[in-house]
Amino acid sequence: MMPELPKRSFLKEWHVIGFSLFLVFVILILMSGKSTGVGQDFSWDQFSDLWIKMSKPDWSYLPSVMKPIEQTVQMALAGTLLGGVAAVPVSLLAAKNIVKNAFVRGLVRFLMNLTRSLPEMLLAALFVAVVGIGAFSGMCALAVFSFGMMFKLLYEAIETIDEGPIEALKAAGANSFQIIVYAVVPQVFNQFLSFFLYTLEINIRASTVLGYLGAGGIGLYLNTTLELFRYDRTSIVILAILAVVIVVDVISNQLRERLA
Amino acid sequence: MNMKKSLFKKIEPWAITVVVIAIFIWAFSGIPLTGIKDTARQVFFSIMRGLFHPDWSYVYTGDGEDLVSALLETLAIAFLGTFISAIIAVPFAFLAARTNAKLFAPRSAFGKLLLTIIRVFPELVLAIMFTKAVGPGAYAGVLALGFHSVGMMGKLFSEAIENVDHGPNEAIAAAGGSGLDGLALATFPDVLPEFMNYTLYRFEISVRSASILGIVGAGGVGAPLIFALSTRSWSRVGIILIGIVVMVTVIDFISGQIRKRLV
Repeated sequence: MMPELPKRSFLKEWHVIGFSLFLVFVILILMSGKSTGVGQDFSWDQFSDLWIKMSKPDWSYLPSVMKPIEQTVQMALAGTLLGGVAAVPVSLLAAKNIVKNAFVRGLVRFLMNLTRSLPEMLLAALFVAVVGIGAFSGMCALAVFSFGMMFKLLYEAIETIDEGPIEALKAAGANSFQIIVYAVVPQVFNQFLSFFLYTLEINIRASTVLGYLGAGGIGLYLNTTLELFRYDRTSIVILAILAVVIVVDVISNQLRERLA
Repeated sequence: MNMKKSLFKKIEPWAITVVVIAIFIWAFSGIPLTGIKDTARQVFFSIMRGLFHPDWSYVYTGDGEDLVSALLETLAIAFLGTFISAIIAVPFAFLAARTNAKLFAPRSAFGKLLLTIIRVFPELVLAIMFTKAVGPGAYAGVLALGFHSVGMMGKLFSEAIENVDHGPNEAIAAAGGSGLDGLALATFPDVLPEFMNYTLYRFEISVRSASILGIVGAGGVGAPLIFALSTRSWSRVGIILIGIVVMVTVIDFISGQIRKRLV
């Protein structure tokens, strides 16, 4: 007698769940395609014209982008510092092993999640509307953005520290301020620096385009050269952006490797 | 000799501190504080009032010019962009993955360089370029995101490929399987959950990116926001901001739940 195969349910035998998920996925793609108008004419003339003009960069424009590039880096540094420092006390409030009150933790995390859901360009648009055009708006936008990001990275790091030193200090009668300074900070300090550099990398990238909305830095030149159809100058701006981003990434990666 | 080293060690932290402080003084010196508008306070409170008294009538009007359709378009851009780039990223990832232990790997180095260039190229600039090719609209946004995300996903995918367990591959080779068999039966099943995880992660980021593409006319919810900001209709700004926050939060939550089950 042939050994009987174990019976499979109808759902499993015909892979109903897998097939229906696939179907949903295909429908989603088709609907998205319809809503975004994918498949319209792609004008290769225009596109290649753009690239041909950009492939002959106007090097004489290089000196005039140096100053805004400098401001871009300054904005990113200042914004990251403000946001990063502000994130420290707030992330302590959200860490499970520091604050035992679940309500406070939940509230802090909820508010910070709301902050984190806004991309930096939107923050820049808001700050330009409130504060006005200039690097100050850019710095504020980057500060709020880094605040949210550093907060998340930091409180997760604080939650994974070794509990031993905290308990030892508690047993010796230390107050919570002393516990934070002598047990928490030494354990997360290197990680803090590493997160700081990582946030800085992202902010450098962001700050290069913030100027498009008038929030300071090189992005403004992106806007003006494109509007004047000076693509030969646009390519200088893009090359400058690429150079800054790559240089900062390399330096930051080196430093982070040493910290780890 | 020993003394000198300890002296250097004593000075080192102070030197670093001084350098860091100098860098930040330089950074803050470049931020002009004079550009702040006199109306800043007033505008701030107007936006706050707008946030608490949002323009609910804008949420759904049925003519396709409302918040819901703008948000759906944003999601569609992010979804399609991520889908396209997830597919394009796979060959790039295999190109960039370092699979042999030799000291110099030109193929992998070339792939990594390529991916870095794609990743570093600002997506807003890409979006502007694509609007020149296909005209303003969501299609340009899809193309920009689809191209830009390849850089990040290719990098993450290639790292997943590098961390693959070689055992199954060797077993298939020992049983007489070809390289393609090894790829299809050992490597792919191993990296697929990670690929999906990274794709979902990138989708979360793409939703955020897609909501700003409207600034350059590449579709999504960014355009009505900029328009509302420039016409100072704060209650509309309020409802759009609430819409973006809700959309991003919900997507993050769903994607996080799926990713938890994948790993």
